[in-house]
Amino acid sequence: MKEYLKNTWLGIWTVLVGMKITFKHLFTPSVTIQYPDVKVALPERVRNRLYVNMDDCIGCDQCARACPVECIEIETVKSLPTEDLGKTSNGKKKALWVTKFNIDIAKCCYCQLCVFPCPTECIYMTDAYEFSEFDRNDLVYKFATLTNDEAEEKKLNFEKMQAEKEAEKAAAAKAKAEAAAKAKQDESNSTDDKTKE
Amino acid sequence: MYEFLTNIFNSEVIAIIIAAFLPLFLFILPFALFAVYLERKVSAFMQDRLGPMRTGPYGVLQTVADILKLIQKEDIINKDADKKLFNLAPVLVFAGSYAVFAAIPFTSIFIGTWSDIGLFFIIAISSLVVAGILMSGWASNNKYSLLGAMRSAAQIISYEIPTALVVLTVVMITGTLSLSTISEIQTPYFWNWLIFGGSVWGIQKFLLIPFMIVAFIIFYIASLAEVNRTPFDIPEAESELVAGYHTEYSGMKFAIFFLAEYANMFAVSAIAATIFFGGYQSPFGYFGNLIGASWLIPIEQLFWFTMKGIFFVFVQMWLRWTLPRLRVDQLMTVCWKYLIPYAIVNLIIVGLISLI
Repeated sequence: MKEYLKNTWLGIWTVLVGMKITFKHLFTPSVTIQYPDVKVALPERVRNRLYVNMDDCIGCDQCARACPVECIEIETVKSLPTEDLGKTSNGKKKALWVTKFNIDIAKCCYCQLCVFPCPTECIYMTDAYEFSEFDRNDLVYKFATLTNDEAEEKKLNFEKMQAEKEAEKAAAAKAKAEAAAKAKQDESNSTDDKTKE
Repeated sequence: MYEFLTNIFNSEVIAIIIAAFLPLFLFILPFALFAVYLERKVSAFMQDRLGPMRTGPYGVLQTVADILKLIQKEDIINKDADKKLFNLAPVLVFAGSYAVFAAIPFTSIFIGTWSDIGLFFIIAISSLVVAGILMSGWASNNKYSLLGAMRSAAQIISYEIPTALVVLTVVMITGTLSLSTISEIQTPYFWNWLIFGGSVWGIQKFLLIPFMIVAFIIFYIASLAEVNRTPFDIPEAESELVAGYHTEYSGMKFAIFFLAEYANMFAVSAIAATIFFGGYQSPFGYFGNLIGASWLIPIEQLFWFTMKGIFFVFVQMWLRWTLPRLRVDQLMTVCWKYLIPYAIVNLIIVGLISLI
């Protein structure tokens, strides 16, 4: 009988204790962070999507070589001596047209190894981490500032210059050869003369 | 109310139909929408979460969206189900819980039927729910459904006994089975409520108080079990039986089960409020009487009745998110070894007191 009453008392009392606890939690502020509206502050050295500041890029290709998964693709074209590409923010002179600078974020492993070799510190990690796409090809980020036409033009310019140079070289070589031939001739002439004498 | 409708429409049939559907469309459906939202919010706050926040301001339209989703869903009847019983079961369950509202006095001027045996009617008609649940479990042709239905039947039938015994103690004090009379004799002052011994002043009143509190606790526990709420939710124990007797139901039929559950929750809360906490009576007089506007009184009564009902619904939710589920044997132990003996002893003592 005593145990019976004790059980009854315990049954009611423990329920009340539990209710007290849940009632306290009813007024505890929630721990939920409403993600798309409120975002958690990111740590200081987060590694997220890469960004390239093309104003500073000299097209040295060091980041592409450092990349362990080869997600960076760079193509460059030499500039003409007459063209002025400006300087980077830390005073380096730019000499190459960067016609292609693609980073395939889908391949990127966020190792940050491309960031360190950059001589102008123009490639770096941003804090953007929401960049999902429906198509994988949309994850290829194209940083080159030149349009396709411009790139084509630069390429042609370079080829033309190259061709001109070749031509010049060829002409120079020809002239040289001619001059040499002439000299030889003169020499032989003179020897002829000598033999005549 | 009924006479008023008859006067408006000049037809008793229309008046009866409107009076019958009024609580459904004006009360139960909005209440179910609100209660589902309240349930989700209460559970969220008790677990330090936020609950629905994105559908409308603070997620208030969440239940509307849920209902729209349920209406759009395909109505699946599994191949081996007993189609007739399968389709009949949700209707029966809802009819059982809706019929209870016929005898509940919302205000002094609105009650579904002016029945003298309201309490008896409620106890009798709420047993219809058991038939519906058993039917749904059997017709689903699913072992989880059947197990849930059998547990539910065992549970509801067991817990009807302490409920009836407690109701009997109240009937012994008030001497009536009519819920509107029970509400009326608990005057609009809270110290006259039956939980505080009723309105008859004397030594009897003070002797009754502890026993009425015991009666209320027994009634509340038993009513929790009757509406299959946690900690007595073994019929639909989601971690054991998928969803119990409504495992196989989808779309609107599932929504009807859901509606029935919430209607039932309010029904038992309303009965608890009526027989112990003054029903529609205000706890401290009527504002309408104070300023001499008698038309205000029914509105105040509806307000107080709804508030009391919602408070007990809140306590049900509070308990749900506090307590774990009972085992089947524990469930039966609580009922047969604890609630029924206490209820009988309580009944005898209250009977002796009322003889004084």
